[in-house]
Amino acid sequence: MAGKPKLHYFDARGRMEAIRWLLAAAGVEFEEKLIESSEDLDKLRYVLSSFLLSKDGSLVFQQVPMVEIDGMKLVQTRAILNYIATKYDLYGKDMKERALIDMYTEGVADLGEMIMLLPLCPPDQKNTKLTLIQERATNRYLPAFENVLKSHRQDYLVGNKLSKADIHLVELLYYVEELDPSLLANFPLLKGLKTRVSNLPAVKKFLQPGSQRKLPGGEKSLERARKIFKF
Amino acid sequence: MTFFPPWPNCIVLNTAGKNTEITRSVLGAYRKPKPAVMAAKPKLWYFHGRGRMESIRWLLAAAGVEFEEEFLETREQYEKLQKDGRLLFGQVPLVEIDGMELTQTRAILSYLAAKYNLHGKDLKETVRYQSARANTWFFSKLCLPIRRLRSDAAFQPGGRGGDKGRCFLALAVKKAKTRYFPVFEKVGCGDPDFLVGNKFSWADIQLLEAILTMEELDASVLSDFPLLKEFKTRFSNIPTIKKFLQPGSQRKPPPDSHYVEVVRNILQF
Repeated sequence: MAGKPKLHYFDARGRMEAIRWLLAAAGVEFEEKLIESSEDLDKLRYVLSSFLLSKDGSLVFQQVPMVEIDGMKLVQTRAILNYIATKYDLYGKDMKERALIDMYTEGVADLGEMIMLLPLCPPDQKNTKLTLIQERATNRYLPAFENVLKSHRQDYLVGNKLSKADIHLVELLYYVEELDPSLLANFPLLKGLKTRVSNLPAVKKFLQPGSQRKLPGGEKSLERARKIFKF
Repeated sequence: MTFFPPWPNCIVLNTAGKNTEITRSVLGAYRKPKPAVMAAKPKLWYFHGRGRMESIRWLLAAAGVEFEEEFLETREQYEKLQKDGRLLFGQVPLVEIDGMELTQTRAILSYLAAKYNLHGKDLKETVRYQSARANTWFFSKLCLPIRRLRSDAAFQPGGRGGDKGRCFLALAVKKAKTRYFPVFEKVGCGDPDFLVGNKFSWADIQLLEAILTMEELDASVLSDFPLLKEFKTRFSNIPTIKKFLQPGSQRKPPPDSHYVEVVRNILQF
């Protein structure tokens, strides 16, 4: 068995946080190589440059997150998450369960993306965006997941067993709560899932201070990202 | 240096290959669905146009799977679907298959690709299979910006023929020529078969779709890419795909103003 998975990203949640959550929940120890400067990013690009063709240095595809695992260098968040989930049996027992897990994961990703991109919004659009997020959470996404749990009254979203869908959803619920705690008020089953998953030993450990979980970015983190990625 | 999974095939483009041999290996590359599964055809719910459903139609067609379609033409139809609780997040595409009501394009594509064995690798080899899936995601992600530009173009004021629309389409072609097609053209590790692993996969279908739609906009778009031209010819001749490319198939035309109007009306934007 090769060494621990190694995560390449910068010191922020961004698109890597879901991967950190999943590995943590699976009880897998991992290392992190943090990108701290644009020089670090250039080094990473050089390493992956066999698939980069533009001489002007612009990215053909998004190269981070990148995870070294089992002798591979994987990019594309979904590809990485799917690989980890399969390896650690967090992806359902058959194709149909996987389809449901994928469907739920995509919904989580859609709302999660809106929340993740909110800090990048120009100040004059922030309020509109925030209202949209609150509306979508309240009327579309949270009810959908609450109804799934209601429909079978089981502890987890799919197949009565913990899967990546539960982990991604619980992560999202933490972000929703950070944004506006009142949003979760009318969703008792979601609150129950959040508590249940948070109490799993591996997840509980990840939620402690000092773990590899990243804190909300704030302005400083955004500035650092702008410097590194030059946008 | 090897970037992707270190098995001999890497990510490849077929650089040589006779049609008959390829056809035979392609037909062998996917199992026919078992009789029980063949009982009901998948049913697709969407607008009468390409949009996000087209890549699903391509995949089914390439796999030789017959499917039915219900077209959304009125707001009432759409609201009924929502009221009946058939749209998990209130969105289409919706595909009814194997007793499930699946939404979310990626989830649907992933299920279909697994079901019809279009992930390009033997399911038994889990690690390799997952790597193949990773490769497939990678390539489909590459095609995504082009697709987005094309669909956004239709919804600009004046549609695809208006100033903004034409701008978006020109940008899509430019990106295809300068960023994405070069990647596919360059990638070749000498494996005599297909794009991912050594079986025809979902990634191949998406690449073909991207090539054909770009050619609709600019007939010369492949002029600098001989390998892609060969790929296109070879893949277009695969019997199931050839059939899908004929007039009268379920393939949809580029969006026109009527399509845009219907979608705006139903989704109310």
